[in-house]
Amino acid sequence: MENLLAGLEMLARWDVILALLVGSVGGVIIGAIPGVGPAVAIAILLPATFSLDPIVGLTMLLGIYGSSMYGGAIPAVLINTPGTAVNALTSYDGYPMTERGEAHRAVSLAYSASFWGGIFGIGCLILLSPVLAIIAPMFGSREIFLAAFLGILLVILAHRGQIFAAGLLAMFGIFLQTLGLDAVTYTQRYTFGYSFLSSGINLIVVVLGLFALSQAFYLLTAPDSSPNAKPIRGKMSAGFRELLRHKRVATVASAFGVILGMVPGTGEFTAQFMSYTYAQKTSKDPDSFGKGSPEGLIASEAANNAVPAAAMIPLLALGIPGEALTAMMLSVFYVHNVIPGPQLFQNNLDLVYGLYFALIALNVIVMVFLLFSTNLLTVIIRVPTRFLGMLILLLSFVGVYSLRNSLTDCMIAAGFGILGLVLKRLNLPIVPIILGMVLGGIMEVKLRSALPRLKTPFDMIDRPISFILFVLILLVLALHLRTLVKEWRAHQPQEDHDLHDSQLR
Amino acid sequence: MSRVKTLQSLFKRYRRPGDIVFAWLALIVSLYLLSRIADQTVWRSGGKLFAQPRFWPAVSLGGMAAFAALHLLGSALSERIQGRWQEVWLWITSLEYAAWFIAYAAAVPYAGYLPATILFAIALGLRAGYRRTSTLVAAGAAAGVIVVLFKTLLRVNLPSGRVYEVLPDGLRQIMLTYF
Repeated sequence: MENLLAGLEMLARWDVILALLVGSVGGVIIGAIPGVGPAVAIAILLPATFSLDPIVGLTMLLGIYGSSMYGGAIPAVLINTPGTAVNALTSYDGYPMTERGEAHRAVSLAYSASFWGGIFGIGCLILLSPVLAIIAPMFGSREIFLAAFLGILLVILAHRGQIFAAGLLAMFGIFLQTLGLDAVTYTQRYTFGYSFLSSGINLIVVVLGLFALSQAFYLLTAPDSSPNAKPIRGKMSAGFRELLRHKRVATVASAFGVILGMVPGTGEFTAQFMSYTYAQKTSKDPDSFGKGSPEGLIASEAANNAVPAAAMIPLLALGIPGEALTAMMLSVFYVHNVIPGPQLFQNNLDLVYGLYFALIALNVIVMVFLLFSTNLLTVIIRVPTRFLGMLILLLSFVGVYSLRNSLTDCMIAAGFGILGLVLKRLNLPIVPIILGMVLGGIMEVKLRSALPRLKTPFDMIDRPISFILFVLILLVLALHLRTLVKEWRAHQPQEDHDLHDSQLR
Repeated sequence: MSRVKTLQSLFKRYRRPGDIVFAWLALIVSLYLLSRIADQTVWRSGGKLFAQPRFWPAVSLGGMAAFAALHLLGSALSERIQGRWQEVWLWITSLEYAAWFIAYAAAVPYAGYLPATILFAIALGLRAGYRRTSTLVAAGAAAGVIVVLFKTLLRVNLPSGRVYEVLPDGLRQIMLTYF
């Protein structure tokens, strides 16, 4: 109770409230502009938050993370272009509704479903906290190593149809984090005699290059265009009444979001896809899916908005990020010497509760903002794409240069920007590189610290949680092999698609 | 025959032009880095395998080379898509914008954050094909807002321009601190 009050007290500060407002409203706007996305915004703002208090910086970034998907639904519904990649399925049913003159119904339903998913996710996070506080301390070096390994495995296998490329990029990420001076043996690794490589390659420089600069290059090299969204008339709160008629779909979709949000490497896209499939299978009118079904719209929006809160679970409890955005947030924790993991629940429980309340507040702020400003957003999203590219380039400079005023960092970021552009153009995922860097670092440190206690390889899995994680790893591999064999036998390989959640974020 | 076809189809996936060029580059880079492992990392005699400074570079580069080879195989077995070299040319042309970015970063410590950002925004706007005065003014204004937001309000760690040194006393102090 004391921590609960301390958490509330943390939010009752003008700078935290301002950060929450800026993050939430900014996140909606960023999410609504196709071609920006929360990853670009978080990457740019990350260094700016280092000088702020942890709670201020984190609430701002959380605000962007949690609210961008609300905004992303607007262009998905109105112009058939998802604002963020995770709103892709929203356009399947949202746009047909707009075409038949139901834009207002579709947008208000998307907001309501997003709010339902967001609050459901936070509810689960709060309910799970006591369990996390008990389980998290059971995670020692071995368990965290195995959990990070499972994360890498899932990141690779989740990119179906692109597993080799995802594996290649994840391994590249792991390699990147090994560059520089080895912290234990003080030996150089792949520095080629260059002093700037001795301290390794900064994660934020890579993130800014791969997400922000690559997007700027992508927009600047592509033909200029300007999305044209028509204004909407009607009360935005009307969707709540209709949502209540589809409570089951919204709740199950949110539950999918929570479960898959907790699993590293899967995230919003998988959650959305599974809940959409569930909604279609259990619907009385499955044929209307893809042609403007409100249930389909609810399923996809509720699922993707339940993910941010759930994605905080492995991050806060174990210090293991499940996707790129939480990986970026991890660096904010580290900068402030607040190390997420089992100790966080024992030493900084007030911060954890503060973040929970911030998540609730941001959902309310965003909902209120959207009820009154949807038409304003339809004007903002008309920014021409090359103009947007130019702005991202200017903003990326702030992110990279403010780290340590280094021109070398800018050059490295530009190099990663080119790599990111190539990957985007080839429809290959970027997220495995970032998760490879973060999880690779965790694996190296944790395996080293576990070594003194290991007499035989079996000691690695002689504790209950490490054994469960080991079984899970085997299970994931076995299930993947089973799918491959099934596809082989059916002579019908999994159909390829170009919707990967890393493409637009 | 049918088995070979199935194996091929197993490797197939949605591809875009230029995929095989990327696959070759990835394989070449991985193999080159792997070939340098002996002189770029150290093996500590008597130490455990998992604690060796060479262990993780070896694992990651080995994995990179293996996945790159499989990716290349998948690419080679897939149908050729037209437009490979146009795509590669687009990658090369994007280097121009990387150069713009680096030039901007190099200019800021000399020209000052505010002037460099406004000039850069207008110049890049022109390069992007915008000719209308209103658009160029909007680019300059957006640049000004960025400077005020990050340097003046958020006090982000950015250098002051050497050009500010020539300004009169009062103005110089304001420009050095806030812009």
